[in-house]
Amino acid sequence: MQLSTIPPRSYVISKSPSAAKQMTSSTLDRLLFLHGGGVMEVCGSSSVTLREFGCEQSLLSRPDGSASFIQGDTSVLAGVYGPAEVKVSKEIYDRATLEVLIQPKVGLPSVRERSQEQCVRETCEASLLLSLHPRSSLTLILQVLHDDGSLLSCFLNAACMALMDAGLPMSCLFCGVTCAIDTDGQIITDPTAAQEKESRALMTFAIDSTERRVLMSSTKGSFSVHELQQCIAVSQKASEKIFQFYRDSVRRRYSKTL
Amino acid sequence: MFSTLMVRVGEVLLPGDEFSCETDDTISLTDHVKPEKVVCGPGLRRSGDRLVVCKSGVLRHKQPNVFWIDSQQRRYVPAKGETVIGIVTTKSGDIFKVDFGGSEQASLSYLAFEGATKRNRPNVQVGDLVFAQFIIANKDMEPELVCIDSSGRANGMGVFGGGGLLFRVSLGLVRRLLSPHSEIRSDLDQLFTCELVVGMNGRLWVRSSSVQQTLIIANLLQSCDTMTAPQRRELFRRVKQGAL
Repeated sequence: MQLSTIPPRSYVISKSPSAAKQMTSSTLDRLLFLHGGGVMEVCGSSSVTLREFGCEQSLLSRPDGSASFIQGDTSVLAGVYGPAEVKVSKEIYDRATLEVLIQPKVGLPSVRERSQEQCVRETCEASLLLSLHPRSSLTLILQVLHDDGSLLSCFLNAACMALMDAGLPMSCLFCGVTCAIDTDGQIITDPTAAQEKESRALMTFAIDSTERRVLMSSTKGSFSVHELQQCIAVSQKASEKIFQFYRDSVRRRYSKTL
Repeated sequence: MFSTLMVRVGEVLLPGDEFSCETDDTISLTDHVKPEKVVCGPGLRRSGDRLVVCKSGVLRHKQPNVFWIDSQQRRYVPAKGETVIGIVTTKSGDIFKVDFGGSEQASLSYLAFEGATKRNRPNVQVGDLVFAQFIIANKDMEPELVCIDSSGRANGMGVFGGGGLLFRVSLGLVRRLLSPHSEIRSDLDQLFTCELVVGMNGRLWVRSSSVQQTLIIANLLQSCDTMTAPQRRELFRRVKQGAL
């Protein structure tokens, strides 16, 4: 298990909350989009803070790949099976069938889990090279161990580590970052459950490792275009830390065979 | 590209890492220019003029220009020419279906055994273990196994005899066992005399003089997966002194 410590978080965007309610795009926004092709720039203070995170790979004996990912008190366990035999009804002739199952801590999966499954599945499909294993099935199972906010981003991170552990061909890595905008207009990255409850808007982005592009976004609440762009910029900045953590974590895993 | 790859041999790489091929702007007219060739093994893919890593693992190099990613995975993906240990699951007409731990079952013809003819069928029952090699293994076709080499000889392949123990280890350990000067293998040689069959699909089969010894060897090999070289030597030394 590996942990990285990060200083306490505070993040301020440069716009006032009253102006932020307008849903118009300013010239500044357009400039933000034009800058550096895809990767946006954060204005204001430049330190992005995340909770402590930890990861362990191949901890389960039965699945082909497994990982547990911990962000603060949020903890998810992921297992990957595949490429394995596929049911005829689910067979796709030119690529692998990816199935994502989310198991909540208690009870049966409901509508909320279904929508999260779809978010994770579409992100994984974008980064995996599924055409290299046609007519086979990949199953990704995500078990919630504890939910203390930023659950969807934790799912994404655990999924990426588990897919990497299974040795499936991927074109790039991805990570999930959750941003909350509180009532003062402050952006909080990687919020806890209490911070999520108090927030005005909640957004989760999946970001790829090669060009820092947004692969998936899931949003809740009301926010302006500028705030959305700021959140994307903050997430892209935060993703660098997560990708660096991935690298350190995998390096530790392979340290015995170097 | 060759030099940029050489620099990173032995490093841990992640999917999405790229190597770009920077061509020289000036071409020498007098010198003999040899085109740079790089052979990509598992885990490396060509994408346009770049080389993209698609598996996490350690970059390895073999003379003169072969590069691949050495990763620790459990699920086997068949490759042509590799030898595996399979389990016969069904017998239908003139082909056997063999489970080798991949995404689908491989077919094995009854004529693909040494000395087999239409009259003289090999004695293979459902549930038997076979040591065979792939002659067809690609993503679009059903994999096919044979138990003979190109000259029609068994060459160590065929149906397993009685006794012995089959168990699974990671694919990384199997490759380490099969490497030409494997330390694990030489360590094991000094410990016990045994018969060891290594399938590239992560299945190992061991038979030695007693059941107890067979079990010890199986446990030792399974624990080699998660040990560093000094830890392994220490364990083997203790077993040799009779700790188990």
